[in-house]
Amino acid sequence: MSDNLDKNIFTIGVGGAAGDGVKSLGVKIGEILCNRGFNVYLSLDYPSLIRGGHNFIRLSFGKEKVWNDYTKLNVLVALNTETEQKHKNELKQDAQIISKNNHEEVLEKIKSIIKIKGFESANFKGLPVQAGQLIEGNVAFAKGLQAAGLDFYIAYPMTPATSVLHYLAGEQKSSGIKVIQPENEIAVINMALGSAFAGKRTAIGTAGGGFALMQEAFSLAGITELPLVVMVSQRQAPATGVPTYSSQSDLRFVIHAGHGEFPRIVIAPGDSEESFCAGRNALNLAWKYQMPVIVLLDKVLSEHMITATLNETKMVEKGKIARETDLNYERYKITEDGISPMAFPGTTNAVIKVNSYEHNEKGITIDDPEIIKKMIEKRFSKMKNLETKIQNIETIKIYGDENSKNTIIFFGSTKSPVLEAAKYLKTSTKLIQIIWLEPFDKNKVKAALQTSEKIICVEANHNGQLASLVSEKTGIKITDKILKYDSKPFDPVRLAEEINNKII
Amino acid sequence: MNLDLSTKAEITWCPGCSNSQILVAFRQAVDEIVKNKELKIEDLVIFSGIGCHGKITDYLNINSFTSLHGRLVPTMTGVKCANPNLKIVGFSGDGDSLDEGIAHLIHAAKRNSDISLFIHDNKIFALTTGQFNALSSKGFKGKSTPEGNIEEPLNPLLIALSSGATFVARTYAGDIQGTKKIMQEAINHKGFAFVDIIQPCITFFDTRDYFKDKIYWLEDNYPRDDFNKALEKITESTQEKVSLGIFYKKDKPTFEEELYK
Repeated sequence: MSDNLDKNIFTIGVGGAAGDGVKSLGVKIGEILCNRGFNVYLSLDYPSLIRGGHNFIRLSFGKEKVWNDYTKLNVLVALNTETEQKHKNELKQDAQIISKNNHEEVLEKIKSIIKIKGFESANFKGLPVQAGQLIEGNVAFAKGLQAAGLDFYIAYPMTPATSVLHYLAGEQKSSGIKVIQPENEIAVINMALGSAFAGKRTAIGTAGGGFALMQEAFSLAGITELPLVVMVSQRQAPATGVPTYSSQSDLRFVIHAGHGEFPRIVIAPGDSEESFCAGRNALNLAWKYQMPVIVLLDKVLSEHMITATLNETKMVEKGKIARETDLNYERYKITEDGISPMAFPGTTNAVIKVNSYEHNEKGITIDDPEIIKKMIEKRFSKMKNLETKIQNIETIKIYGDENSKNTIIFFGSTKSPVLEAAKYLKTSTKLIQIIWLEPFDKNKVKAALQTSEKIICVEANHNGQLASLVSEKTGIKITDKILKYDSKPFDPVRLAEEINNKII
Repeated sequence: MNLDLSTKAEITWCPGCSNSQILVAFRQAVDEIVKNKELKIEDLVIFSGIGCHGKITDYLNINSFTSLHGRLVPTMTGVKCANPNLKIVGFSGDGDSLDEGIAHLIHAAKRNSDISLFIHDNKIFALTTGQFNALSSKGFKGKSTPEGNIEEPLNPLLIALSSGATFVARTYAGDIQGTKKIMQEAINHKGFAFVDIIQPCITFFDTRDYFKDKIYWLEDNYPRDDFNKALEKITESTQEKVSLGIFYKKDKPTFEEELYK
């Protein structure tokens, strides 16, 4: 396929050693473009080290929405000689190389190249004043939490979740939220459950390994019915894996997380705008249903930046709070919808007891089989209640040709390369994004897949976890898969080739 | 109005268990400070981990959070951060907070979180029917160490003191009045209060006779603000005599005060 599939998209690469300011220069370029009205997608590639190594930023931009960056470069900014060597095969025919160290000079040069190329006059007429803000998934997610009235964010640093911690720590003075960094992930989640128990809207964030440490307390969130948002940003695993590179291999892990059976919600946004909404919805859902809510991101979504428009309106749903309390208050009172009115310690007359043991309505430990059964059914009745409500929630999104018999199905950050690749597909295609992984909206997914003759699942893992989940929930078997498990992001041009080869 | 601190839960400790003495001491301690208007009962939250001690939350009609094994301490700090008006008291076992959850104990002391932690120190895992734990002596024969424990025990008071606890005390469950007073002082202390309560397990490791003649209370004029004195006192051998009382008490900004500064 040609380098120049879309002449309306221009790609700049910025490379150098860690410590050269690659990221700050790349983001500065991105912001200038964004402020001029371009749609930008910025990817970030770096190894796990502090000084040296090779860091690389790639920005693709155009007048229309650019969903993903492209491998082939129009301009290469080389802050060191290694960058030229490493990326010489990615240069387009007439590509320019800028070898300068001074960031200001680089910016001036880039501005003039864009002008000479006629980007501002010919191909990009009528741009709005500003296309939106250039924002990564993590910060968008954090802003979503704030829009839902976040009180506490508690986290232990772990790539690629850390920038949420950094962003919210910086927000403390202006917004009144509190950010705590305890001794380990186990302390993080147990502390967060304490904060939620005392009535504060609380979220935590980590990567797969950190969430693995939290399993026992995640289960505790389930049995104590405490509202908690857990952001899990996936990276290449198992174990320490490849810490600064991406993966979608924790889908099965998070939907089944924690020992025992208890309901949870798992939402997987696909871009920064959806990450914002996921953060806002997650906190409200956690309080409405008194259950843990996981927002599943990954390194690509967490750290890559895209031009986005966030509607930062505050939306705070407090949930079912006990209006009047007396000595007979029961934290786990069985109600029709399974949701018990919440009271918090410090409330006159009410005694609030939560318990990691199975308990009665009062919160006292029991082992009576009748009560055990009742309490399990109580917790799952919240899920039943939620399953009837999800028909009005955007649990899946459909793009492309809704009537096509060819279907691509995907989740999370894979949205970006799939929507960009769709620009180059030879046949009309229906694109289905699964946003809610748990509860799984089988009715909508089944309906969307019913007329499909060819279904291709695209995901960044080895086992085809989404494909198997869809099959399990809908009974529709998905055998065509495009799986990427080398930890590197999809390139939209190569992805389009792969899809075209499968559809023919 | 009389405070009714009892619940309908059936007490399932062994008959004669010294945990009942801790329960009685705490009920009296709370009853008095509530009557003296030092505390509103709704502002008290109690915590427990998992082990025999952990049943105590069920037996008290007080706001409570029955946590996981060894994980009560960060939850206590979480509640205190969320609502600094609350008084936070945790009951924990030696297996609970010196084996499973020791990192949390050290860090809560380090940050001087304004919470009180009462350790039910029986030097054994009792609820799992008798294995050695972090406080068991070398040579102790338990079900998992039939030839004797090959490890030396930890000194819980030394860990608390060296980690930054601003209130370090030891008491004996059998001395209900003494334990009650220590509990009240711990609850009223601003900062991390660590209380080691010697709590003989009458079923698996009955040390009542061992401690009966060895325990003694510190003199009234003991200098509580002297770190070196505390260090000396808590590292004394407990072979002949076992001192009880408040070894160390210091006024220092708490984690929660710093958080809201």
